[in-house]
Amino acid sequence: MLYALKIAGRYLTASKAQTALLVTGVAVGVFIFIFMSALIGGLAEFILSRTVGDLSHVTIQAETEDPPLLISPQGHVLVVAERGSTRTATLAEAATFLPLIEGVAGIKAVSPQIAGAGVIKRGAQVSQVSVIGLEPGRESAILDLEGYLVDGSVRLGSGLILLGRDLADNLALTVGQTLRLQSAEGVTAALTVGGIFQTGNGGVDGARAYVSLSVARTLFAMPQGVSRIEIKLFDVNAADTIATRIRSLTGLDAVPWTDGAEQLMEALDAQAQTGYVLKTFALITIVIGVASALLLSTYRRRPEIGIMRAMGASRGFVVFVFVTQGALIGVMGGITGAALGYLALLPFPSRDAFEPGTLPIDITQGSYGVAIALTVIGATLASILPARSAARVDPVTAIGQ
Amino acid sequence: MTALLEITDLVKTFGTGDVATRVLRGLSLTLEEGELAALLGPSGSGKSTLLTILGTLMKPTSGHYTMLGHDLIAADDKELTAFRNRHIGFVFQFHNLLPDFTALENVVFPTAVRDGRETPAARARGRDLLERMGLANRITFPTAKLSGGQKQRVAVARALMNGPELVLADEPTGNLDSASAMQVMELIAQINREEGTTFLISTHDEKIAALCRRQIVVGDGVVTG
Repeated sequence: MLYALKIAGRYLTASKAQTALLVTGVAVGVFIFIFMSALIGGLAEFILSRTVGDLSHVTIQAETEDPPLLISPQGHVLVVAERGSTRTATLAEAATFLPLIEGVAGIKAVSPQIAGAGVIKRGAQVSQVSVIGLEPGRESAILDLEGYLVDGSVRLGSGLILLGRDLADNLALTVGQTLRLQSAEGVTAALTVGGIFQTGNGGVDGARAYVSLSVARTLFAMPQGVSRIEIKLFDVNAADTIATRIRSLTGLDAVPWTDGAEQLMEALDAQAQTGYVLKTFALITIVIGVASALLLSTYRRRPEIGIMRAMGASRGFVVFVFVTQGALIGVMGGITGAALGYLALLPFPSRDAFEPGTLPIDITQGSYGVAIALTVIGATLASILPARSAARVDPVTAIGQ
Repeated sequence: MTALLEITDLVKTFGTGDVATRVLRGLSLTLEEGELAALLGPSGSGKSTLLTILGTLMKPTSGHYTMLGHDLIAADDKELTAFRNRHIGFVFQFHNLLPDFTALENVVFPTAVRDGRETPAARARGRDLLERMGLANRITFPTAKLSGGQKQRVAVARALMNGPELVLADEPTGNLDSASAMQVMELIAQINREEGTTFLISTHDEKIAALCRRQIVVGDGVVTG
C-alpha cells in the first residue's frame, strides 16, 4: 500500500492551501485539547496542593484504648472511667516500623510525632495551644515550616519552640524570648522562641506550637514511642494504595487523606469530567472538520477516482488513499497543535511556582501523546465516510463529468 | 486468427418503465486477436455504451460476454477490476490523465496500482513507452504542461503499460487537430502491427476509420455492417 500512501501524499501537497487550512483547523483543536488538559490538570493540582499539600497524606495514629470496666459477679458496672480528652495513646513500636515505612515506594517523607495539648503562659497572658513534637531535621517533612518561616530558624533544638505568627503576636513574643509551656499532663518547661511561622491558616497560626521530639517526650510523659506517624507522598493520588501497602506491611492502621475528604474528591471529579467534556468537543470539531474537508475533496476528485477505477484500482485502494489522507492530516495537525500548545504553555509558571493571580496551568499535564494519538484516530475515523463514498464512485459517470 | 472476445445478444436498457431507453438491442460481435477495428455510427447509436461494457465498466441488462475464455457477465466487481487492469487498456477522448502527476507517473499507474508500488522495472517500461510515443523529453513533465496531442500520447502509453490484449479507444482523436490526430493513429497502427495488440476505436472520422483494417458500423443498438 506504499503506492496508495504516495497518491494520498500527492493529493495533500497538490492542494497546499486547502491542506494547510485543514491542518491548521486540526492543530487548533489539538491546541485547545492540550490547553484544557494543562489547565484542568493544573487546577486540580493547585487545589490539591492548597488543601492537601500541607497535610499528612497517610497517617498512622495510635489507637486510644477504651477505659476498662469493672463488673461485679452480678453483672453490675462497679467502676467507670471516662476517656480523657488529653489522653495520649502510643505507637510503642514506631522505631521498628519506621525503616519499613520509609522503604515503601512513593513516600517522600516520614515524620514521627508526639502531639498533645498545652498552655503557654507569659506573665499574665495565657494561650491554649496544640503542641507537636517533631524529630529535629524533619521539621518541614509534612508542613513546609521552612517555607512559612517569617522570623528565626526552623531548627528545633533542646529548649526551643516554634510559634505561629498570630499566637506570637497575641502573647507579644518575638524570637529569642522565653515562655513557659505547661502540658495537659501537668509538666511545665521553659522554652525559647526559635522561630515564628505564618501559614495563612488561622487555626494553625493562632494555636500551634512545635517543639523537638525530646521536649515533647518530657512534656507528655512519653519515654518511648510516638503518638502518630505522618507520611507525605510524591503523588497525593496514590494515598489509598500506599496506605493499603503500609497496613499490609506493618499491621498498623494507616489512614489515607482521602478518608473523610469525599466532598473534595467529588469536586475534583466533577472538574475532571468538565475537562473531558470540553476535550471531547474539541475532538468532535476535529472529526467534523476532517470529514467535511475530505468529503469535498472526494467530490472534487470524482473524475480522477473514476479514471483510477477504470485503470484497475480496486475499491479498497481508493478507500486506502482517502483514509491515509485523513491519517496524514491527523498526524500533521496533531504534531503541529501539540508543538503550539507546548510553546504557548511555556511562559506559565511551573506547578511548584503557582502564584495568586496567575492561571494554575501545569505544562506537564498537557497530555501531548494522548492528544496526538486521539487526533490521528479521530481523523482516520472521520475519513472513512468520505473514503467509502469515493470507493462507490461509478467510473462511467465520473469520467463523463 | 483466434477470437479475443465474443458478445452475443447484448441488451442494455437505461431507466425503467416509461422512461426506459434501450440503447443496445441484441448486439453480437466477435473481435479477433490482433485486429485494428474502427467502431462507426451516428451519435446515440450505442458506440460508447458498447465500449463501456466491453471495458467491464458497466454490465449489460442481458446477453453474453466472454474474453480470453472468461465469462465477464458472471464476474464480480473485484474480479472485473483485476481483469480490466491486466487485459484491457483505455484511451478516452479527453485523455483523462491524473492532473497532479507527471507523464511518467500517469503511464506507470496501472502497474503500480497492481503491484502496490512503483517498481524500477515499471518505471523503465514507462520511460520506454513514452520514448516510443516521441515524448522522451516530457517524461517528468506535469501533465498540465503538455499539449493536447502530447497528453493523448501519454494516454496511449498508459493504456499499453500492462501489455493488454485489448485497447478500447473512445474518440481518441476527437479533441485533436488533424496533424496530432494522424500522429496518434500512426502510433496505434504501429503498436498493433508490432505487438499484435487488438484495438477497437470508436470514431466519427472517416479518415481515422480508413486507417483501420476493419470497420464495424453500429446503428440503432445493433451491428449493421
